[in-house]
Amino acid sequence: MAKPRLRMEEISKRFADVQALSAVDLDLYDSEILALLGENGSGKSSLMNVLSGLYSPDSGKIFIDEKEVEIQKPADAYALKIAMIHQHFKLVETLTAAENIILSDPENGLLNRREVEKRIADMAKFYGFDIDPKAKVYKMSISERQRLEIIKALYRGAEILVLDEPTAVLTPQESQRLFAILRKMREQGKSIIIITHKLDEVLSLSDRVLILRKGERVGCLETAKTNPRELGEALVGRRLDLEIKRPEIANKSDCLFVNKLTCLDELGREVLKKISFDVQKGEILGIAGIAKSGQKELCEAISGLHPVAGGSILLRQVRDGIEVDENLVGLSPREIIDRGISLAFVPEDRLGMGLAPSLDLIDNVSLKTYENKRGFLVDREEPKKIAAGLVEELDIATPSLETPIKSLSGGNVQKVLVGREIHSAPELLIVAYPVRGLDINSSLTIYKMLNQQKEKQVAIIFIGEDLDVLMSLSDRLMILANGQNMGIVDPRIYSKEAIGLMMTGKTLAEVDQLIADDAPELIEAKASFKHTGENIYAGGQDEQ
Amino acid sequence: MNNNRRLRWQLVKRRPLSQAKVLLLYLLAIFTALLLGALLLLAIGHNPLIVYKQILTGSLATPTAFKETIKITIPLLLCGIAVAISFKLKFWNIGAEGQILFGATAAMIAPIYLPNLPSTLKLILMAVLAIVAGGLYALIPAFFKVRWGTNETLFTLMLNYIALQLLRFLQYQETWQDIGTKFPKIRPLGDSEVLPRLFGVQIGWVIALVLAVFFYIYLKRSKHGFEIAIVGDSINTAKYSGMNVKTIIMRTIFISGAVSGLVGYLNVAGTDYALTESTAGGVGFMAITVAWLAALNPLGMIPVAFGLSILQKGSLSIQSTLGIPASAANLLSGLILFSVLGSEFFRNYQLRLRRNTETGSSGKGDFKAETEHLPYQKEARDGLN
Amino acid sequence: MALINFINAAILAGTPLLLATLGEILTEKSGQLNLGVEGMMYMGAIASLAAAWYSEQYLAPGAIAAVIATVFAFLAGALGALIYAFLTITLRANQNVTGLTLSIFGTGFAKFFGEILSKKAGGYITCAEPTKAAFAKLDLGGLSELPVLGKLIFSYNFLVYLAFSAALLLALFFRKTRVGLKLRAVGEDPAAADASAIAVIRYKYLATVIGGGLCGLGGMYMSMVNQKGIWVPECVSGYGWLAVALVIFATWSPLRAIYCAIIFGALTILSLYLQIPGLDLQLYGMLPYLVTIFVLIFTSIKQKREFMMPKSCGVNYFREER
Repeated sequence: MAKPRLRMEEISKRFADVQALSAVDLDLYDSEILALLGENGSGKSSLMNVLSGLYSPDSGKIFIDEKEVEIQKPADAYALKIAMIHQHFKLVETLTAAENIILSDPENGLLNRREVEKRIADMAKFYGFDIDPKAKVYKMSISERQRLEIIKALYRGAEILVLDEPTAVLTPQESQRLFAILRKMREQGKSIIIITHKLDEVLSLSDRVLILRKGERVGCLETAKTNPRELGEALVGRRLDLEIKRPEIANKSDCLFVNKLTCLDELGREVLKKISFDVQKGEILGIAGIAKSGQKELCEAISGLHPVAGGSILLRQVRDGIEVDENLVGLSPREIIDRGISLAFVPEDRLGMGLAPSLDLIDNVSLKTYENKRGFLVDREEPKKIAAGLVEELDIATPSLETPIKSLSGGNVQKVLVGREIHSAPELLIVAYPVRGLDINSSLTIYKMLNQQKEKQVAIIFIGEDLDVLMSLSDRLMILANGQNMGIVDPRIYSKEAIGLMMTGKTLAEVDQLIADDAPELIEAKASFKHTGENIYAGGQDEQ
Repeated sequence: MNNNRRLRWQLVKRRPLSQAKVLLLYLLAIFTALLLGALLLLAIGHNPLIVYKQILTGSLATPTAFKETIKITIPLLLCGIAVAISFKLKFWNIGAEGQILFGATAAMIAPIYLPNLPSTLKLILMAVLAIVAGGLYALIPAFFKVRWGTNETLFTLMLNYIALQLLRFLQYQETWQDIGTKFPKIRPLGDSEVLPRLFGVQIGWVIALVLAVFFYIYLKRSKHGFEIAIVGDSINTAKYSGMNVKTIIMRTIFISGAVSGLVGYLNVAGTDYALTESTAGGVGFMAITVAWLAALNPLGMIPVAFGLSILQKGSLSIQSTLGIPASAANLLSGLILFSVLGSEFFRNYQLRLRRNTETGSSGKGDFKAETEHLPYQKEARDGLN
Repeated sequence: MALINFINAAILAGTPLLLATLGEILTEKSGQLNLGVEGMMYMGAIASLAAAWYSEQYLAPGAIAAVIATVFAFLAGALGALIYAFLTITLRANQNVTGLTLSIFGTGFAKFFGEILSKKAGGYITCAEPTKAAFAKLDLGGLSELPVLGKLIFSYNFLVYLAFSAALLLALFFRKTRVGLKLRAVGEDPAAADASAIAVIRYKYLATVIGGGLCGLGGMYMSMVNQKGIWVPECVSGYGWLAVALVIFATWSPLRAIYCAIIFGALTILSLYLQIPGLDLQLYGMLPYLVTIFVLIFTSIKQKREFMMPKSCGVNYFREER
């Protein structure tokens, strides 16, 4: 093969308590699409952020056309014709498409919108899509914005284009259109790196696959000479024994019934589409799905923080010895607390929602309970004991109980949050990405805490991103895609591949059909497949 | 190997500084400001040491001067508290000036329309009127802020001018006018309508000290204070915790305005014995300086307000003795606040010379390290998503 | 004729507001919310007067003194803005508090030096007639004599024409130049601007400092035109704050700033032209402020995306937080 256009050598990067990259190598050639495959947290994004000048590596070298270069800031990458399209687009929303493109042009003269608009339209046409150069970005759909980012990169003459999980926010059809554009770019001699964790994309699009796992390079395969099996194994490794137990609880009882729940975002789009499921006391319902499939809205709707457009959320309560189903729809968090419902929620945005960053541990512990005691003053003694207990029990590293939360590391922040919520002895516990950014020991502590809660007959909704963990911990696993429930499966029976298919938009029924058509890799043990239909509630598609 | 590895300045986030170091930095900032002031004085041909000495003696050396200084301290301290309460919420209330005037105006209703009330009752009624009026006056922008997000900074500021125009209007109204003079003036208070003194200074100083302690506890230890802290820190967290954010904002701003209203009352019934256009006299703005210099801590405001009063009173004295304009006080306090604002940066960051080498930052992520790489926290989160 | 006189007076009264509003629009477009307009105007007011007075002493009264005064007014406003810029952009201090402090500082600065200067000038400071004349109505020959148009368009001092040209230039700058577009991007989304290799910090500094200079010119108008070259310690009297509000009404558009400023100019002089029986002069005085409040409320209720404050305004930016 020819000489590589880009070469990254032994790139290492360490964050506070995690080694994000350890001596990773990467080669990229002309007219090539390289897929960077790995699970969440495997270091894909970190590696590309190093390439685009956002992070500076602790060690390692980068060569462009065999010449060593230094990339300290985005402008350096830009000058080397490297463009990265982030998951969060770097577009100015109040400007038009054309204006956004002009921004990245270092020239400073007069504006000639018409000329730029024409060039953009021509370029778009060449690559086979249309774009309105005069449209304001905030009025554009996600896929339009993405195409605008691509045009922007091409306009400034990018030769190396990095796309970070470009399909995470696209429909399958939009993804196909994107792939067509990328193939066209390859024809033009561009080098493309696409970050993904989806096998089908890798297989249909790329020339080679570089696989990362836990910050290390596992290997680089030629797409034509590999198969899903090999890739899957390289991606996840042997199915890990995470030492996560799944205690069986004998006497489960009903707790939460969510029925045809629909939620809209600020722009009136459906982010949850008629979701139905139930959770029992003494079980963990895992929720899997690619990012932004509606997980956040689901949690917030149940906790009274996101308005509900339709459906019901019934929580079984015992009032005067009689079981009643209380509808939580329309209740504010305060009203939920006032009705004596003890619902705990560990939100995804820890410092922006779950905790007050400038306040200390003690105050943060008393966030939901400060009203409980009568009187004018806040009681600091009780929360102080609780805080001290949490620090002790969860091994929280903090200079003192009076240290502002924001100066703790991410893992310790999370321990405070989860610890507080569990301490409130809830009936229903919702946890969203509770181990994100945590080291393995802290993570195991959190899992243990969740299991303890389960044994105490708490109903738990666990939203996670690591499928291994989700499958080891959950009693049942609900898969969300595009705000829809794809089905609820028994993770002991269905394989990771089957769940992966559902995450990308296949319903349980479709997966079962595949299994029936003989795809043995989709179930763990064929023998046990038979009875799934009876005892596992399969919600989703057929409900609508 | 490559010679483009060069030295560069890098901002490094510090570990939190100890209390003593924070204080030292703070004093250093004030010293810097005084030094700048000294240069300014030199430039206009004065010996800064003599000027500074005169500021101190002119405000503290004689009992009369000292009492005058205390008199200036009272409104500054109380109004600083008022401003701090709203700033804690990140509600930028710069309308204390108007709330003072409006409160003071409301207080005058009692002596003007009910002149025959017994003295004590009248004084109490005046206080109540001032407090309620000040609170309500602040509540107007708070209401629009929580309802529609109306910009409170400008709203409160405009209300300053409206309160002043209202006062000017009343100066021409027969009922309110002082018949004794030709100038439009509101009738001064009679002997039965003024506050008593304690140790030669109006009783307001006791009220101010008591309220400083009260609001210290209120902000730091009370449930209300807790809610204020949370709402000010993160509105989402407050909602998540089940707090009624709108009620909290309106209640807090009412209290803030009420305290300013009380200042108006004390200025009228304790200091000036009359309602005039200078009843507020810039206190509402100087209070912002007081509040911020004391890091919004009511107890810290006692020395800060006293210090700034020394500056104000002392400036009056340098005007009469050295011929330096009294507005030097505003100039100097502006410099001090600038300097302290700038110094806060160095509480959180330090500049470091760093060589960009391949191994330069190994061990950087060590949790126990003295300093942290600035982007670390955010990066760590991003990097692992 | 009365109407034309009224419009003429409104434009004269609105010009200092226009200058300061333009300055603040430029500043806010870069994402910096500088509440120190009042202070910068004061600094410009005293600096111009001092510069004019000293020029009269050492050079000559008249046009030269006026030019020097203009330069110093701009520099003084820019100096105030520079302090603000250094504290907020480089040292990341709270923008609100820093701006408020600048207002307090600038007011103190002007009053302090105003008094010192007055004393030097022997009691009070006033400019010589030729200098005053330079700030008075320009002599445009026959043009000013034209019916209607003469009074309406050709009978102002040079600052009025300067302010209106500044508004047009600024509008062109934002709409027609790449630098203007980039500045808007900096104010809207500094992270995106940064990713496009725009020098965010430099843009912010320049916009803030030049904006401050314009505010300084607005201040000069208060002392040199409104007070006719005599130092009056209260000469700015809240115009700076009105300008901050006008930025909102003008929805960050330099062209809309023109008519907003004229309307507010009209409000401040309305009592002289339109007496309503039973409505006291003092209540008239409330008018600009009341209208400000109503417009504030109205614009907050009826928000439209394009007409909103630059998104990052008031929030400090530093790359590491990305």
